[in-house]
Amino acid sequence: MTTLLEVRDLEAGYGPVKVLHGVSLDVNEGEVVAILGANGAGKSTLMGAIAGLVRPTGGTIRFRDDTISTLPTEQITRRGLTLVPEGRRIFAKLTVFENLKMGAYARRDRSAISSDLETMLDRFPVLSERRAQRAGTLSGGEQQQLAICRALMSQPTCILLDEPSLGLAPVMVDRVFELVRDLRERDGLTVILVEQSVSNALEVADRAYLVSSGRITSSGTSAEMVDAAQALEAAYLGGDVA
Amino acid sequence: MTAQLLIQQLFNALSIGSIYALLALGLAVVFSVLGLLNFAYGEIITATAYTMVLLVSLGVPLLAAAPVGVIAGILMSVFTEFVAFRPLRKAPAYAVVFSSFAVSLLVQSFIRNVVSPRPQGLVVPAWLDQVITVGGVRFPALSIVTIVIAVLSMLALTALLQKSRHGLAMRAAAEDFETTRLMGAKAGRLILLAFAVSGTLAGIAGVLWIAKIGSATPDMGFNPLLIAFVAVVLGGMGSLRGAVLGGFALAFVEVGLQVFLPRDFVPYVQAISLFVVIIVLYVRPQGFARRVEERVA
Repeated sequence: MTTLLEVRDLEAGYGPVKVLHGVSLDVNEGEVVAILGANGAGKSTLMGAIAGLVRPTGGTIRFRDDTISTLPTEQITRRGLTLVPEGRRIFAKLTVFENLKMGAYARRDRSAISSDLETMLDRFPVLSERRAQRAGTLSGGEQQQLAICRALMSQPTCILLDEPSLGLAPVMVDRVFELVRDLRERDGLTVILVEQSVSNALEVADRAYLVSSGRITSSGTSAEMVDAAQALEAAYLGGDVA
Repeated sequence: MTAQLLIQQLFNALSIGSIYALLALGLAVVFSVLGLLNFAYGEIITATAYTMVLLVSLGVPLLAAAPVGVIAGILMSVFTEFVAFRPLRKAPAYAVVFSSFAVSLLVQSFIRNVVSPRPQGLVVPAWLDQVITVGGVRFPALSIVTIVIAVLSMLALTALLQKSRHGLAMRAAAEDFETTRLMGAKAGRLILLAFAVSGTLAGIAGVLWIAKIGSATPDMGFNPLLIAFVAVVLGGMGSLRGAVLGGFALAFVEVGLQVFLPRDFVPYVQAISLFVVIIVLYVRPQGFARRVEERVA
């Protein structure tokens, strides 16, 4: 199995506040890897740093053997690694269809884009029905589907999902995880999944990393991580976070 | 007031409002993408005006000088982006206020010292000075041309924003710049495009402005900047539709005050109209634009 993404000793933060203190992880091609951790552990900062939204202050990130830690966000997306950010961040004032078109912004193959748009709308009837509506009028779950579809339009090889089930109704949570499974089975993508819904995440993931206070505290296959994850969930309930 | 006078004043307001709306749009385009005001915006009008004055004095016909003037406006806008904005991309907003203000002063003192501190007149061809009178209402050719050009410019901008790939990216960036970059849109190019569009709109407004006032002065950019700024605030910062509405609203207030105020107050029309704007904002601080819709959870 080949390593697609390699993170070494990554340090990053916001201004004087350091959030990540030397994070290392590997993601192989075709894997689904979960990043687990409490609120404020640094999961979103890690995703932001990989996607180029947060500039690393130390360490390296390599994607398909190229160093990407110094590249701007747009170049990272153009290389096939894309982030579906926390809170979905769909363009609320644009229509559903325009959101999908924005996803394909970096591509120049016009005819392939329009056939991909049709394929995407066939695959997600909810979005197809609302293609001319402003995206802000969609429900949370629909917005999450739109955000993932929009990311797919850039034809990534690796997709980062930051808290895709956050704030969704239980039915929608199931649908989103179904979609995550599909991303590997159907689209052949490598998936990195940040989740607070630990049991759901471990069900779809091959492996998982546990992040705590900006460091990786344990890692292993999903089966191996169940105990550590239960401890984490207990910590949530105890309210003792980060 | 007679119907004649009413139509006359409505037409005047419409013609002035067309220029104001263009001015406001140009300022709003950059603000919507970057979230920053360009305080060297008035110098786009100055660049356009002086270019036209120079060309016309060299014997170039006005219609040929106008597009060159617009190009000079675009170059001025792009120059500002490279000198005042790009080097300070990561600096706090107030730094860019100062740097764009510095560009404004730089251009003004350049003109004062290299060209002349005195007004430079523009000779307008006779056909533009004609007045068509219909039923006692005077329609100056320049006012008609102004309205037509402004409407065409706004239609062209709408087409750019609605139909083109780059227009889509600009609308996306106005909403969420970071996510637009996540889509693979190059930040630098998108901002450059915004400044170019801004320069085009201000350049067109500058052509109409200099044709109307007839002479160029080094500090002539201040009034257009003030008008654009007030219209943009009135319309709701960052909303393009609001900027157009704000421009027309400001023009209607100004013309209205000129008609209804006693003659002695007319020199204070601008001050009074700004006071009216303050009152409007007191009642509706977000401007005319509707609030951003709440996202449905």
